[in-house]
Amino acid sequence: MSVLDVRDLQTHFFTDAGVVKAVDGVSFTLGEGEVLGLVGESGSGKSVTGFSILRLVDPPGRVVGGQILFRGQDLAQLSDREMRGLRGNRIAMIFQDPMMTLNPVLRIETQMVEAVRAHERVSAAAARDRAVKALAKVGIPSPEERLEAYPHQFSGGMRQRVAIAIALLNGPDLIVADEPTTALDVTIQSQILAEVQELARETGTALIWITHDLAVVAGLADRISVMYAGRIVESGPTDAVLTAPGHPYTEGLLGSIPGHGRRGERLTQIPGMAPDMTRLPEGCAFAPRCPRTSDTCRITAPGITEIGPGRGLRCHHPSLAEEGTA
Amino acid sequence: MLVFLLRRLAQSVFVLIAMMIVVFFGVYMIGNPVDILISPDATPAEIDETMARFGFDQPVYIQFLKFIGNALQGDLGRSFVHGEPAVQLILSYMPATLELAVMGLLFSVLIGVPLGVYAGYKADRWQGRAIMTGSIFGFSLPNFWVGMLLILIFAVELQWLPSTGRGETVEVLGLRLSIFTADGLQHMLLPALTLALYKASLVTRLARAGTQEALVQDYVKFARAKGLSETRILVVHVLKNIMIPIITVLGLELGSMIAFAVVTETVFAWPGMGKLLIDSILTLDRPVIVSYLMLTVIIFIVINFTVDVIYTLLDPRVRVKGGTA
Repeated sequence: MSVLDVRDLQTHFFTDAGVVKAVDGVSFTLGEGEVLGLVGESGSGKSVTGFSILRLVDPPGRVVGGQILFRGQDLAQLSDREMRGLRGNRIAMIFQDPMMTLNPVLRIETQMVEAVRAHERVSAAAARDRAVKALAKVGIPSPEERLEAYPHQFSGGMRQRVAIAIALLNGPDLIVADEPTTALDVTIQSQILAEVQELARETGTALIWITHDLAVVAGLADRISVMYAGRIVESGPTDAVLTAPGHPYTEGLLGSIPGHGRRGERLTQIPGMAPDMTRLPEGCAFAPRCPRTSDTCRITAPGITEIGPGRGLRCHHPSLAEEGTA
Repeated sequence: MLVFLLRRLAQSVFVLIAMMIVVFFGVYMIGNPVDILISPDATPAEIDETMARFGFDQPVYIQFLKFIGNALQGDLGRSFVHGEPAVQLILSYMPATLELAVMGLLFSVLIGVPLGVYAGYKADRWQGRAIMTGSIFGFSLPNFWVGMLLILIFAVELQWLPSTGRGETVEVLGLRLSIFTADGLQHMLLPALTLALYKASLVTRLARAGTQEALVQDYVKFARAKGLSETRILVVHVLKNIMIPIITVLGLELGSMIAFAVVTETVFAWPGMGKLLIDSILTLDRPVIVSYLMLTVIIFIVINFTVDVIYTLLDPRVRVKGGTA
């Protein structure tokens, strides 16, 4: 059975400027120990998707449609109390900015022990023991002593390691990682990526890695879903999506990664800006920026078509697989 | 840092001198204390003799210079009524006021913080709005009226609590305090509540603003993602963050509580400094009035000075600015 099955998820924000359909019909499944890369620009709805899974969408946002099945259980049916029992226990989350996620006035020990004891009746000493082990696992030197420290005594990379250690504390089935390496130095970024990948494999934890950087998920994810304006426009196995993207948006993202194209060639860029989510175009949301727009695109939004094993695509004019990235 | 402290010190001295001038001439303007000190049927010779004894027969500027000279030696004169040195007299009344102020402060925190955090948590619901509306009453109801109302309800109608005096006192570290006896605590309850009401509203508003600010922080969301209960998030994660500004403000408010417990002490006949001040004004006991006002100024200067110093210790940015100043 799949760990997570998201079906036609819709999360809307009811603002004064109108209804923002931040997530508008997102579906994906995640198997045991599988790593999904959720890729998209700022405002594409990828973070909101993550928060929707934990039922932590802040007002005025609300999940208005679809289902999120965690091990076959519809999360929307759970009481607040039951949902709280899952959070941090079976489903954990890592946030983007490690400088902000740890409480500045509480010791690391407090913040870790409480995460254990919120879900299990264990002694403070046993919880502390587990915290030490988790810190050691994410590569924090002398974890016993560091437990006494406050967040500001850690560097950004170390803080993110602490946050990851907290997420791992209760051995969750699923971790939602919301751009956890974006705020870090490139060297730290790759270290953390490697470590998380290893930890996830070791513990069999399924992982949703939310990022705007295709290069980050290239080596990490088993499958990739590319989001644009609240929808998944292309999804499939990582290799297939990276070598033969079907959607012009995915092509654009790939073309803008340095080192991907041939040496001496100009990097391509996607023209225009991310769309105004309160005023999405009638047809395909990507149409105004797309090099292959036709009248069909401007009138009707494309549905999902299966273009291969496990590959979905939302485009009227997909590039043919034989053509590769050209 | 040193320059910053010295400059603050110099400012304080200037404030003190300015206050001396204002206080002395201000008090000098109101009436002649001899009229009150001496029985109305005294002979003119007796009156003259008393005037000369207190030095009232001399020109104002002589009196002032004498006052300054004595003040610089720590002597602010003797009380006309009690015959004791005024400063000593006030200090002997101080413990009563201090314990009342501390108790009031405690009440305002115990009432204000929970209400404020809850109001911040339920900011858009009726509970939050109700608390905020209630706090407006706390701000605007006059102190004496609240005191009299409390007396009316708890002392007169219900007869649960005494309405006047300090009750039984006990000597602790050389101070006579009623905070440590059951009877004294009963006596203290109503005046402390009266004194606390305004501050409690202030704390409620501070705590609410802080809570609203803290609740949207990532660390609260992360705490929720850890599966913590809302209670734990509020009581541990939010509360600890909002206490820093609240403590800062309360430190400053303690000064005003000590200095301006006048009305509350009068209503409840609480034998503290405030009551002494009112009594002294009624008998035109100049040295006591002057000493009281000077003492108040010093209390404020000391508190502000301490807060400034603590800030420079807590906040590195303040310290850097102070160093270059």
